[in-house]
Amino acid sequence: MATSETQVVAGIGNDYKFGFHDAENYFFKSGRGLSREIVEAISAHKDEPQWMRDFRLKSLEYFEARPMPSWGGDLSGIDFENIYYYIKPTENQAKSWEDLPPDIKQTWDRLGIPEAERKFLAGVGAQYESEVVYHKLQADLEAKGVLFLDMDSGLREHEELVRQYFGTIIPQNDNKFAALNSAVWSGGSFIYVPPGVSIEMPLQAYFRINAENMGQFERTLIIVDEGAYVHYVEGCTAPIYTTDSLHSAVVEIIVKPGGRCRYTTIQNWSNNVYNLVTKRAVAYENATMEWVDGNLGSKQTMKYPAIWLMGEGAHGEVLSIAFAGNGQHQDAGGKAVHVAPNTTSVITSKSISKDGGRSSYRGLLEVAKGAHGARSKVVCDALILDEESRTDTYPYIRIDENDVDIGHEATVSKIGEEQLFYLMSRGLSEAEAAAMIVSGFVEPITKELPLEYAVELNRLIQLQMEGSVG
Amino acid sequence: MALLEIKNLHVATEDGTEIVRDLDLTVNSNEVHAMMGPNGSGKSTLAYALMGHPAYEITDGDILIDGESILELGADERAQRGLFLAFQYPHAVPGVTVASFLRTAVNAQRKAANGGEDDPVKIPEFRKQLTASMEQLKVPKEMAGRYLNDGFSGGEKKRVEILQMAMLSPRIAVLDETDSGLDIDALRIVAGGVRGLVGPEMGALVITHYQRILNYIKPDFVHVFVDGRIVREGGPELAEQLEADGYEAFIPEPVGGES
Repeated sequence: MATSETQVVAGIGNDYKFGFHDAENYFFKSGRGLSREIVEAISAHKDEPQWMRDFRLKSLEYFEARPMPSWGGDLSGIDFENIYYYIKPTENQAKSWEDLPPDIKQTWDRLGIPEAERKFLAGVGAQYESEVVYHKLQADLEAKGVLFLDMDSGLREHEELVRQYFGTIIPQNDNKFAALNSAVWSGGSFIYVPPGVSIEMPLQAYFRINAENMGQFERTLIIVDEGAYVHYVEGCTAPIYTTDSLHSAVVEIIVKPGGRCRYTTIQNWSNNVYNLVTKRAVAYENATMEWVDGNLGSKQTMKYPAIWLMGEGAHGEVLSIAFAGNGQHQDAGGKAVHVAPNTTSVITSKSISKDGGRSSYRGLLEVAKGAHGARSKVVCDALILDEESRTDTYPYIRIDENDVDIGHEATVSKIGEEQLFYLMSRGLSEAEAAAMIVSGFVEPITKELPLEYAVELNRLIQLQMEGSVG
Repeated sequence: MALLEIKNLHVATEDGTEIVRDLDLTVNSNEVHAMMGPNGSGKSTLAYALMGHPAYEITDGDILIDGESILELGADERAQRGLFLAFQYPHAVPGVTVASFLRTAVNAQRKAANGGEDDPVKIPEFRKQLTASMEQLKVPKEMAGRYLNDGFSGGEKKRVEILQMAMLSPRIAVLDETDSGLDIDALRIVAGGVRGLVGPEMGALVITHYQRILNYIKPDFVHVFVDGRIVREGGPELAEQLEADGYEAFIPEPVGGES
């Protein structure tokens, strides 16, 4: 007889492919725990200007003053004193993969990054622990004035531009984890796209945690000037350890009039990583901001990419997929804040929960007084694969304007026995049938991805559905 | 050795209600068998039980393909042995296109035929075969890019079932009320498609309420199925008699004339 649906989904997510780790031959590794001294040491190591050092120390005060969030996920397992806040793996950044230490290079090879760069990327940044160890941008884009650097180099080489925007979209005291990032940030991407420049191929950053109890705090700032376009993609993985690591990023994006920015995340952390990220963009007149957010890994994710629609005619989209397996809680969603008239937004969230996993949609839709003619649509669909798993929806809506058009839809469904039987009657195994139903469920999002990422996402889903029978 | 052999088959639902009783039937390649019965006679239960639906239990008897029992096999393994069921009510799979579904199904069966090793069909070859089958069954080209059965009309679903059959080349096709919901033109095309596949490589069991489809798929054998059992068997003339006299004439008298 066929195995039951419960058997099929049991063990999904147990075969994480990226759980290997390298030996630690680091240039510099801080002690465990967080203090004023550690923050000063990070700043000194980077030879930063005084204003950044002060910004960090002030942020540390905010971090210490703020209580842990009491909403969202269970964060009681985070031991801030047990974390390494800064690890510099190599002395210098490489311009060629060959210049990296062999084990680190091999890690990137296993993750397929150099190959992807050759095939379809306009630029790549590769962050290992706290520092971006490899960085490269195509020469023709450099010639057009595009800046794509790691954040530390960005600060060194374009201090005035960084200072103008850094911390303006997400203030250092925005929330406890944004304050933490502001105090100990390291790495991340700095991107500036000049007016009218359209970058056809994506820029990619890849984030890898290697050490146990590592804290990774990258900081990204993207400025898309008038009429310009960029698609930025980030991916992330980590080894499997018995104790937890922390990833807490801050991403700030400015899209000027008529510009367009798409930010795609394929988050595939191992199941011992707390992933607590603040992402926010502002979009001015007729600008478009799109977040495509795929969350497959981590122990606990709390992430709600936000768009502030500041200029008339601005458009924002959030496409979010969450896949919660055994021991995982994906608390994800999106925020759209309509400040200007005739702005539009769409939030589409798809979540899959299996093997006791929990996924929550948490979203905010806000229309300020005067943002007349605002239109917004929020769609949340949840798919639950077994009885042990859970899904919740927390949609917050605040409307202070009468002339608006707002829609909200939510569905919860299960994989039906009849649907599985139908597919199996065509020769698909139960796992293949379930994977096909799940791929179809997330198709509205994968079809928005460049082909290579759609294939990658489907492959990851396939991988999580396989090896689960028997 | 018979292709499909059903011996003394008893099928019950999960609550123990017996739906099919003591059924014997043999289907060989080159043969079309019609199983005709009124509503509620247990025809669809039989179809599901043959395919291995988990909601139906075989309480007695056996089902064999090439002389081997398939009772312990899941629906996927039965399909891999060459069994195909055209559903009366096919299910929708939103987000999965007809073409992508068919390719996955074809590859799953090729993998099974290749001893569990992947043996994917070459894409140009697959496309050629799909285009040819779609043309033959008058399935519009754009259907290949639509999500499987999602928002399809009744007739579209039935045609796509037969398209699946053509692409998967089964050895035994069971068609469950494929004629329902089809207009005369569609019926002719679908029936022609089925008849074209029956031959040395395939036999078919056509389950239906009406004789209509049998005008286009000439059956070699007709079985009248009432209340979970076969009450009469014969050649094509039996279908015509049934159409003229109705099922009433075939409902057996209670034994001993009592109750």
